[in-house]
Amino acid sequence: MSAQQRLKDAKDESGKPYRATLRQELPLLGWMVVVWGALWQDFTIGNLVFGLLIALVLVKVFRLPPIILSGRFNIWRAVVFGSAFMRDVVLASVEVVYLAIFRGPKTKSAIIAVSLRSESDLLVTFVGHVLTLVPGSYVVEVDRRSSTLYLHVLNVKDQTEVEKARASVMMIEERLIRMMGTTEEMAILKEEKLASSKEHGKQS
Amino acid sequence: MLDTILDIVAGTFMIIGSLLSLAAGIGMLRFPDLLSRLHAATKPQVLGLFLLLAALGIELRSWAVVPILVMAWGLQLLTAPVSAHMVGRAGYRTRHLKRETLIVDELAAVVAAAEAREEREHGKKQHRTDFID
Amino acid sequence: MTIVLWICGITLSIASCLTLVRLAKGPSILERVIAMDVLLLIISGALCIEMTMNKHTDNLIFVLLACLVGFVGSVTVSRFVTDRRNA
Repeated sequence: MSAQQRLKDAKDESGKPYRATLRQELPLLGWMVVVWGALWQDFTIGNLVFGLLIALVLVKVFRLPPIILSGRFNIWRAVVFGSAFMRDVVLASVEVVYLAIFRGPKTKSAIIAVSLRSESDLLVTFVGHVLTLVPGSYVVEVDRRSSTLYLHVLNVKDQTEVEKARASVMMIEERLIRMMGTTEEMAILKEEKLASSKEHGKQS
Repeated sequence: MLDTILDIVAGTFMIIGSLLSLAAGIGMLRFPDLLSRLHAATKPQVLGLFLLLAALGIELRSWAVVPILVMAWGLQLLTAPVSAHMVGRAGYRTRHLKRETLIVDELAAVVAAAEAREEREHGKKQHRTDFID
Repeated sequence: MTIVLWICGITLSIASCLTLVRLAKGPSILERVIAMDVLLLIISGALCIEMTMNKHTDNLIFVLLACLVGFVGSVTVSRFVTDRRNA
């Protein structure tokens, strides 16, 4: 699905909604079978086959728009992302606990707009989810057309901290792109790195 | 020996997990407005439930329950942000916010622009006030 | 382990009392919804601790259900909440 089709789908202009083919549903099918097995706490072949049948019926009856995967997945980057995520969750929890107990009613916050690099729905959703689970921030509003997230950030005192929060969001997106972004998104990252290193060179 | 160590680890996890729940309760009472209270509701819980489920897995000492424990936590990871976003969005749209707790509000300009456009197109002016609780 | 149980019990009780205060005080329905959400999570935490203490997994399904009920509840309410003062 091209970006054009995605926009059309968002604006509901084409009239005929896009539906996923069975091949595109494969990851979902796999996930549903795992859930079935986990719920029964029984991973024998018979049970899994029955789960697969139910999953097929569900996928056929409740049709969904396709999720576009990039076709790239870096396991090492996934480990990096996972450990960074857990560290962030622990730090965030400690921070919110501290704020709740010692700062309380005096806590200041901000609503900031962050324009993401990627325009894929999956990646924007993923970034939003991770953000909401990690340090004092969650998504208040999303602009799908320009893939802009509006975040509520806790414990922001001035403009420099706003910029810091924005940079940390971009960092999370960078980790996710390295893990599962398309090659185009990787190219954007590379260009950015090049530009920033040039700038640094000029300054020094 | 190993049993005692595992017991101690599970016990610590359980105590920290319940302390995080307590922190969520304190945050619910102490934060100034709806949007910051939402932070207290979602953040410590993710880690809290993780620790409690980990303690359960350690105490049961069986690998068979691990998939369903991971699933319970994964479900929490999937649903908590969505409900936080929905409540936060509804809160912002229905103006349940204290403007003085916000340092910057970059969404306000966008909302104002949308309202102005609506006014031009439909020609009705609405006065809206913020909730102050 | 009994001491751990006592500590957890007392902490969770205080936490649920604080959440109930917020639930009663409101002031808006959205605050009550998130208070209910936190209460459900405290209950599922208590279920986890009970299971850990008695070493069984019978209540695990209720932990999953509490999570889903909280999710559906808060999404539904925030979907239909309206700005009554300005409508």
